[in-house]
Amino acid sequence: MTVWAVLQVMTLVLIVIGSVLAVWLKDLLAAVLALGGASLLLSLEFYLLQAPDVAIAEAGIGAALTTAIFILAIRKTRRKEEE
Amino acid sequence: MSVVVRTIARILLPIVFAFGGYVIMHGHLTPGGGFQGGAVVASALALVLVAFGEASLKKYKDLLSALESLGGVAFVVLGLIGIPFTFFANVLAGVGGLFGQSVPPGPNPGYLNTAGTLPLMNWAVGLKVIAGLGSVVVLFGLFGGEDDR
Repeated sequence: MTVWAVLQVMTLVLIVIGSVLAVWLKDLLAAVLALGGASLLLSLEFYLLQAPDVAIAEAGIGAALTTAIFILAIRKTRRKEEE
Repeated sequence: MSVVVRTIARILLPIVFAFGGYVIMHGHLTPGGGFQGGAVVASALALVLVAFGEASLKKYKDLLSALESLGGVAFVVLGLIGIPFTFFANVLAGVGGLFGQSVPPGPNPGYLNTAGTLPLMNWAVGLKVIAGLGSVVVLFGLFGGEDDR
C-alpha cells in the first residue's frame, strides 16, 4: 500500500513538472515533447487508478495523436518562440 | 525524417496495427473497444505521416473518407437489424454463426465468439474512428502545401 502511494505521488509530481516545462520552455519542439510525456504519465496514473479503458484512450489520443499534430504544425511554422 | 526514425517506424508499425486490431476485436471482453483501438491505429497512421512524409498517405485521402462513411452506415444498419424488438436489440446473440454462440452460465475466462452484434458494432466504430482521426491527421499534414523547412 505504501509503495502504491509513493508511486502515485511520484507520477503526479512528474505530471506537474512536465506541464510546467511545457509552458516554460521556449523551444516549441521540446515543449511539445514535455506535454506528450505529461500525457503519457497521466495515462499511467489512470491505469494506477484502475481505469484501463480511459488509459488506452489517453495514451492513443493525448500522448500520440496530439503530439504528432503539434509536431506537424511546428514543421509547417517556426520552431522557436519569439518574444 | 532521419534513418533512425524510419527504421524504428518500420519495426514498430506492424506491432501497433496488431495491437489496435486486438483492442477492437476483444472490445466486448477486455477494456477498450472501437474508439480506443481506432485511436491506437490512428496514432500508427500519424507515425507513418511523421516518419515517411505527407506524400506517403496523400493517395489514401479519398479511401479514408469513404471508409468513414462506411463505418457510420454499418453502425446504423447493425442497429436497425434489431428494429422488430427495439432499436439496437442484440438479435444475433445466441443464434449461432459469427459471434453468435451463447455464453455458458457461471464464471468464464471470456469467449471471443459470443455477444452477437456488439463485436460487429465495435468494428464499425473502430473503422469510423480510424478513418476520421486518420483523415484529420492527413489533412493537417497536407495543409499549406510543401513544407519549406
